[in-house]
Amino acid sequence: MEVRVEKLRKEFERFPALHHVSLDIRSGELIALLGPSGSGKTTLLRLIAGLEAPTEGKIFFGEQDASYKSVQERNIGFVFQHYALFRHMTVLENVSFGLKIRPAKRRPEAAEIKKRAFELLELVQLSGLEKRYPAQLSGGQRQRVALARAMAVEPNVLLLDEPFGALDAQVRKDLRKWLREIHDQTGHTTVFVTHDQEEALELADRIVVMSQGRIEQVGTPDEVYDNPNSPFVFGFIGQSNCLKVRISNHEVWFEDRPIGVPAPGEREGEALLYFRPHDIQILDGCGGCMAGVVASSRRVAGTRHVEVDVGSGHNPVEIELPPERAAGIDRSRIAFRPTKWKIFRP
Amino acid sequence: MAHDASQPQQRLARVGKATTEKPAARWALIAISLLFLLLMLFLPLTAVFVEAFRKGLFAFIKALGDPETFSAIRLTLIVAGIAVPLNLVFGIAAAWAIAKFEFKGKAFLTTLIDLPFSVSPVISGLVFVLLFGSHSVLGPFLQSYGIKILFAVPGLVLATVFVTFPFVARELIPLMQEQGTADEEAALSLGASGWQTFWYVTLPNIKWGLLYGVLLCNARAMGEFGAVSVVSGHIRGQTNTMPLQVEILYNEYNFVAAFAVATLLALLALVTLVLKTLLEMRYSAEIAASRRH
Repeated sequence: MEVRVEKLRKEFERFPALHHVSLDIRSGELIALLGPSGSGKTTLLRLIAGLEAPTEGKIFFGEQDASYKSVQERNIGFVFQHYALFRHMTVLENVSFGLKIRPAKRRPEAAEIKKRAFELLELVQLSGLEKRYPAQLSGGQRQRVALARAMAVEPNVLLLDEPFGALDAQVRKDLRKWLREIHDQTGHTTVFVTHDQEEALELADRIVVMSQGRIEQVGTPDEVYDNPNSPFVFGFIGQSNCLKVRISNHEVWFEDRPIGVPAPGEREGEALLYFRPHDIQILDGCGGCMAGVVASSRRVAGTRHVEVDVGSGHNPVEIELPPERAAGIDRSRIAFRPTKWKIFRP
Repeated sequence: MAHDASQPQQRLARVGKATTEKPAARWALIAISLLFLLLMLFLPLTAVFVEAFRKGLFAFIKALGDPETFSAIRLTLIVAGIAVPLNLVFGIAAAWAIAKFEFKGKAFLTTLIDLPFSVSPVISGLVFVLLFGSHSVLGPFLQSYGIKILFAVPGLVLATVFVTFPFVARELIPLMQEQGTADEEAALSLGASGWQTFWYVTLPNIKWGLLYGVLLCNARAMGEFGAVSVVSGHIRGQTNTMPLQVEILYNEYNFVAAFAVATLLALLALVTLVLKTLLEMRYSAEIAASRRH
């Protein structure tokens, strides 16, 4: 189901957590709310769920105004950060809870409930564990029980709060792939909150980047990575360098020289140049480029991260090189030029 | 090499000893505590049983069979039977309010719940005499409708409720605070009503802590002397609870009977202690971490 959020505002005891946020969530999409802690992403998720009431603004489920509906009436599936499994119930009882507590006229028969619960347990690959208690499961298994429990009520929308936050790195990776598969199979409209940009980039159809209670950018992973629309998004998603530069004569100047980066149509004056460590080109000679002394380098997976000191008063620039090119360059002078960049005004 | 490695180990051993007393000191501490427990707890408890059975089992049974004593036992059961369920409901309500909501005056309410622990039980009883006595406003008014509070069962129940209400609440507050609200939110998000959430999720989560609190509450409700003594009026066979009956019998030099009733209270204490220990052993994680009783 489509979910539309209109000019939503939320204050906690006069402290604003969300400022007039608007967002369209398409039916069947997997969308990530990404931001640092305190950016309002969890608040937005809880507002959609109905676990918090908005100070102002509206929430639509399809065409229906759900702003004043209770959490029960919204029929959502919520997966909590620490799963919130009912510890005194078995896995099977947890998964069937949402159906069992329905009023008699909307409740499926006991055999039907059991069948549905077993189907879901099979979907989340937990067949055979239905008699276990949550305390007898691993973190990843609990996570999957929580998801099965949320899906059992056939929710309009699935909401996941930091679904992988409490798991170790390897399990996280596996579950990420698995969640994507489940989503493709079941087609639930799914919103998940994360502070891990890698997770959002890998998993989501679209990413909502949030900061300080506002939406900074909404787009596909490619859009937000390749074309960030603000310094915050550029800095938050992926690695980036930020340099104080000057625009003069439709060219970017660093200190006293142009560096071979054109800036057509840009207004003259102070600016910030953003580029990613891997979007650079190493040059032999330097007639209009950046140059500096290699301060340190370290190996990260398939590449070498090199820190270049470009002069006092500037942050060191980090660039990525293939390991073979980076051999023995410590303390030596290196010349380079960004191949992709963005210019923002301070 | 070997010499180098052994040196830090020696030093470690010496550091390790810093937190451990010498054997003599250790034994002295253990002996003092044991001696103290023997003198202050075990000997008096034994004395109660010895005195009760001084004139044989028959005298003991006869003493308990006395109509006034029997009525005192019955009254104690009635008072506890009303006061404990009341405090169970009140305790859950107060703990729920404090642990799961944010509101102004929360710290004040928390302090207020502890009030009966800091007020002398005699004062607690006097409060009700002032409220419902013949010179108060409420007393004569209720009297005109034939409702008797003081020197009757309602007064005993009120005094007992007042004195014992912190037990359940104080047991549950830290427990519920620690558990947070995520489980309840999960139940609500799955469509459960407020009542279903309480019944199927909250209550099972707190049941052992609740049982623990009820146990302590009951022990105190049955054993309460001070507050109950003030509001009871000591009418024989009518408003005397077990502890009051013990006092009366003792003052009449009827030692066998006094100690016979006392053994029942002592047994209640022992049973409570055993159940409490069992609960703590099996469900310590599910009972509040902080024990203040």
